[in-house]
Amino acid sequence: MKRSHWSIPYVVFMAIFVVLPLVLILVYAFQDGNGHFTFSNITRFFSDSDALGTFAVSIEVAIENTLICILLGYPAAWILANRELNRSAVTIILFIMPMWINALMRTLATAELFNMLGITLGKGTLLFGMVYDYLPFMIYPIYNVLAKMDKSYAEAAQDLGATPWKVFWKVTVPLSMPGVSSGVLMVFMPTVSTFAISEFLTNNKIKLFGTIIQENINSSMWNYGAALALIMLIIIGVTSLFSDERKEAEGALI
Amino acid sequence: MADDHIIDLRHVSKRFGDKTILDDINLYIRKGEFVTLLGPSGCGKTTTLRLISGFLAPDEGEILLDGKDISAIPPYKRPFNTVFQRYALFPHLDVYDNIAFGLKLQKVPQDEIEKRVKRVLKLVSMSDYEDRDVESLSGGQQQRVAIARALVNQPKILLLDEPLAALDLKMRKDMQIELKEMHKKLGITFIYVTHDQEEALTLSDTIVVMNEGKIQQIGTPIDIYNEPVNCFVADFIGESNILKGRMIRDRRVAFLKHEFDCVDEGFGEDVPVDVVVRPEDIYFTTDPAKCQFTATVKSCTFKGVHYEMFVDTDKGYELMIQDYDPYPVGSEVMLYIDPDDIQVMHKERTRNVFDGKMVDETHVEIMDGVFECLPQEGIAAGDPVRAVIRFEDVDLLDNQEDGVVAGEVHFLLYKGDHYHLTILTDEGYHIWVDTNDIWDKGDLVGVNIAPKDIKLEKRDEA
Repeated sequence: MKRSHWSIPYVVFMAIFVVLPLVLILVYAFQDGNGHFTFSNITRFFSDSDALGTFAVSIEVAIENTLICILLGYPAAWILANRELNRSAVTIILFIMPMWINALMRTLATAELFNMLGITLGKGTLLFGMVYDYLPFMIYPIYNVLAKMDKSYAEAAQDLGATPWKVFWKVTVPLSMPGVSSGVLMVFMPTVSTFAISEFLTNNKIKLFGTIIQENINSSMWNYGAALALIMLIIIGVTSLFSDERKEAEGALI
Repeated sequence: MADDHIIDLRHVSKRFGDKTILDDINLYIRKGEFVTLLGPSGCGKTTTLRLISGFLAPDEGEILLDGKDISAIPPYKRPFNTVFQRYALFPHLDVYDNIAFGLKLQKVPQDEIEKRVKRVLKLVSMSDYEDRDVESLSGGQQQRVAIARALVNQPKILLLDEPLAALDLKMRKDMQIELKEMHKKLGITFIYVTHDQEEALTLSDTIVVMNEGKIQQIGTPIDIYNEPVNCFVADFIGESNILKGRMIRDRRVAFLKHEFDCVDEGFGEDVPVDVVVRPEDIYFTTDPAKCQFTATVKSCTFKGVHYEMFVDTDKGYELMIQDYDPYPVGSEVMLYIDPDDIQVMHKERTRNVFDGKMVDETHVEIMDGVFECLPQEGIAAGDPVRAVIRFEDVDLLDNQEDGVVAGEVHFLLYKGDHYHLTILTDEGYHIWVDTNDIWDKGDLVGVNIAPKDIKLEKRDEA
């Protein structure tokens, strides 16, 4: 048997579970209910103010979530990667551990917590839930880059007269950008398409793009749902292209 | 303190955990000097450099710059710049921005920065490379940029941490010459760290030889080469024949079981010493009147400029000799050594001496191990004792478990007819051993001593 034959099971798996669904999405997106080719599903989205509004909200929430994750995650990653501040591996595991528990379960628990405390569900609780869910995905790649970063860069900067503050801004931050862009990718993209968090944490008061896709599919409007899914895929694809530039830099996760 | 000192290290010690890295270092460096800290890895040379640059703080002692203590000054305020071993050029900046990094921090005006970057690039022969990505440069070019980045800030002292270690031989030689020229041209103080003795001899005004956290010798390259103060320096710098000897009286020394005239005085009469003879200082002769001893040539290897020969002397010692002319293997040769070329050194030690305690009548605890010994009158269990063991009486065993204490071969010297080993035990003690067996550095050994070879005397608990 040739070595290349070993890849057959994977090719079959990819074909059935990745390529075929994508093809189906593509086919459904360009068909009407009777199976005829049409662009109407796509044009409908661009004239559907509800869908466009939801789309705008989704992007806005995703950007806000990503920014909050960077603001909270970067310092956390920096502290974790700093040997003088953090001497044990346990703290790192504590930060990563939420990733081990199903996000749906954590979200449900968070929703219950808000109910118990009598906090009204809305934008605030939505963002809280998202940050809570996605923060580890921001911390981990940044931590990875910072932990692997050669200490001599920081020393060289100090040697050339940079105060610790300047060292951080002029050397540490620029050199850790591959980690940040990995984190952005891992936080931003899933947030755009999420619907469970908004369902549980806002009682569907705030609808996200994922929610409309789910609603359409649920009410058997497969063709429009597929078109929306396609649009989302393209947007995600474009975002990842942007952050691809520094892909070759070490430590990046994707 | 003399006025021309730029750096003074006074009684500086540094420990990491319970390991002493630097032990009471005293050193001064003159303005404009090219000083090299030389030693094997782990000798404390890089730690010394990092203490001066400020990345480490001494546990004891003080570091003075122009006579003022700089302990409290952080590295970014010290007027020194460093060329790092792996260059540490910022990968997110191009050559120009790397070099301009320090000047921008000092808020030097833009046009001034440009002028100075251009000037320093010319100095390191890297003009026209301003816009290059540093990662696209070769090792040698990165090194030049690293030197330029340090020099552009016009430091009072340039610190260089094994800057040429990553370059190939040819490039290293070229850079050595360039560094030397830069030093002459700029007139600033260079402190250079290396483990390469040849580099140190080529570059330095002054060499500081270090080993195990201590300064072994400070001197000019010629002093260090011709007059090493101990076996370590003699062995580390250049090739050498290190031999056991005996000072008979002033200007007369015995080694190789022959007597030689020498130029050393003041050792006393009939004193054991170590003798160093460089391989190029043993001469062949055909004149029986000049011949001091004879030998048989064992091997002869061409080394480019000279031949390297090993000979067995008439009294059974092995010597290394370098000469421009080869002598056939197996031939009998007549040899002599000039009095000037015999370097006599005080023996650092003549026996192993350990302070310990009697466990019972026939057991003594030394080096955290319990050794059997012969009962001795007047010494009872619990008494503090001093144990004296001759170098040749220590037995080394292949298996660590078979010894009373375990250790590793830490340092070894060939002394013409035997090896002199330094064993570092797991508990951190040094034992010195003379043996004919061949061991390698780093070998794990068990240490045993026969009861009759442990000489005990009672010790007053101070």
